[in-house]
Amino acid sequence: MRSSARTVTIFVVLAALAAVPPVAALLGQPFYLDLFRRIMIFAIAALSLNLILGYGGMVSFGHAAYLGIGGYAVGILAHHGIHDGFVQFGAAIVASAAVALVIGAISIRTSGVYFIMITLAFTQMLFYLGISLDEYGGDDGMRLAAHTRFAGLLDLRDPTPFYYFVLVILAGLLYLVHRLVGSRFGIVLRATKSNEARTRAIGFSPYLYKLAAFVIAGAMCGVAGALFVNQTAYLTPAFMSWTRSGEIMFMVILGGMATLIGPVLGAAALLLLEDLLQSWTEHWQIILGPVLVLVVLFAKRGLAGLLPGGRRHE
Amino acid sequence: MNLVLFLEQALNGLQLGVMLFLMAAGLTLVFGIMNLVNLAHGSLYMVGAYLSVALFKLTGSYLLAVPLALVGTLAVGMIVELVALRTLYERDHLDQVLATFGLILFFNELVAILWGRAALYTTLPEWLSGQLELFAGVRYPTYRAAIIAVGLAVAVLLWYVVTRTRLGMLIRAGASNRTMVAALGINIRLLYTVVFGFGAALAGLAGLMAGPIYTVQPGMGEDVLIEVFVVIVIGGIGSIRGALAGALIVGMVDTLGRAFLKPALATIVSPTAAEAAGPALASMLIYLLMAAVLAVRPAGLFPPRG
Repeated sequence: MRSSARTVTIFVVLAALAAVPPVAALLGQPFYLDLFRRIMIFAIAALSLNLILGYGGMVSFGHAAYLGIGGYAVGILAHHGIHDGFVQFGAAIVASAAVALVIGAISIRTSGVYFIMITLAFTQMLFYLGISLDEYGGDDGMRLAAHTRFAGLLDLRDPTPFYYFVLVILAGLLYLVHRLVGSRFGIVLRATKSNEARTRAIGFSPYLYKLAAFVIAGAMCGVAGALFVNQTAYLTPAFMSWTRSGEIMFMVILGGMATLIGPVLGAAALLLLEDLLQSWTEHWQIILGPVLVLVVLFAKRGLAGLLPGGRRHE
Repeated sequence: MNLVLFLEQALNGLQLGVMLFLMAAGLTLVFGIMNLVNLAHGSLYMVGAYLSVALFKLTGSYLLAVPLALVGTLAVGMIVELVALRTLYERDHLDQVLATFGLILFFNELVAILWGRAALYTTLPEWLSGQLELFAGVRYPTYRAAIIAVGLAVAVLLWYVVTRTRLGMLIRAGASNRTMVAALGINIRLLYTVVFGFGAALAGLAGLMAGPIYTVQPGMGEDVLIEVFVVIVIGGIGSIRGALAGALIVGMVDTLGRAFLKPALATIVSPTAAEAAGPALASMLIYLLMAAVLAVRPAGLFPPRG
């Protein structure tokens, strides 16, 4: 029963997201289209982090790195006149998987607080690398030369088709994560999280499983980066700033770790809250900061824990 | 290579190293003893810098402003510990990271409300703003020399406190077995608050010394914080000896890399390629160093004993 309730919840959320463009058009508020597309893009990023953080127990504080790599892959190709979506998204996926492979191979050798600090430090390194790339705007960043085009199919310059494109990718990745987590691979990964020594004792090598999950998560977040640069139409090193990593991590916690729908709810809740606070005061972070502390102290199970069938995998 | 230039840059590296050490010492003590990952350590650095600027303006005396700013940062640190961090000691690292991330947002915004988002202009008293003649023909800014002296003095003092005094004995005992220390009748909560306060004051000292060299603005603590993470990962988390070694290595590598990597590259590859790659590589150098150290020794160079 629990699993069917969970499925229903996911379909309700996706249906609600699909209804946003007509409702926004009806209300004459195109702003909502933009906001919810942004929410879905961050949901993809949070979903990918949840794979390693929630299911794999790897507290990566550098997940914005792959948002940046995906963004830079698209931005740099567009800068040189290549606008084809298959090439751009392919490059974004390959590049972020490759970076995740290198960072993961080094960081997963360590654990605990070392892992947190190292993933943070590597992301900061990429941030500085972005700043020193003068040809691609350096510190200031650069405008995206043109939006991604999938020849004959889709141009991401058009707001509504872009919206549904993001929705389809989100739905596809939700299904992918669902299948991954339930597969033999996912079971070993979750076993590693709950007891690494025992997992080793029954004959698995946790390192390779964790690294594979780390690379998959990186590649997924690279897709989010490729979408995000189309959303902002502007590329800056700030894609990779460490506060961005913190935000994505907070979305996962707020929504509920190791739940499928959690990251989507967390991304929606955080971005809507930010939007609300920003409309009240310029100094919205002075409210958001303590809210964050309170959520961590008192609401550990996240939003997904409140929904029917939303309890996490044990 | 010009020897005077090299000496000057090596001293700059030492100066950056001792400042990183002041930050790293507090962070690593708090981690070693309370098992707390405190991202908001950079905020205390910022608080120290802002308090010293404000108090210098208010009192007109640098010698008065510095101790007042240190006491102020110590107080802020203790309040933060009592209000927010105390409940986090028993939590896992993920919770600690997120909650202290929230504190950073709070502090950055608070400072922006009180003093604005623009960088503050800082002044030095005349007796610190001159140059010092080290030996014939070699001059060095008095202020940077003073930072090196203060930093080394604090390092010695810290070594003395931790290894030779009763407080240091309690700190070391608390790090290895907190339940036992509490069972022996020591008020461990008070000890934690005191240690946290002193860690905060060290961060505040680094911040107030950094003010006149770097910029004083909201968020100034975070860039330093991440460099300090590199320092303590290289040195071994929880070890003060490791923090000192890591800080000096990172300070030297970073400073010398920025000064000499580009000209050194130009002798190997073409000057235009060096022009393009030099600054990028220099800014990544300490992170590459960290990766190299971890590849050989995953627990850092001087992991704490026991």
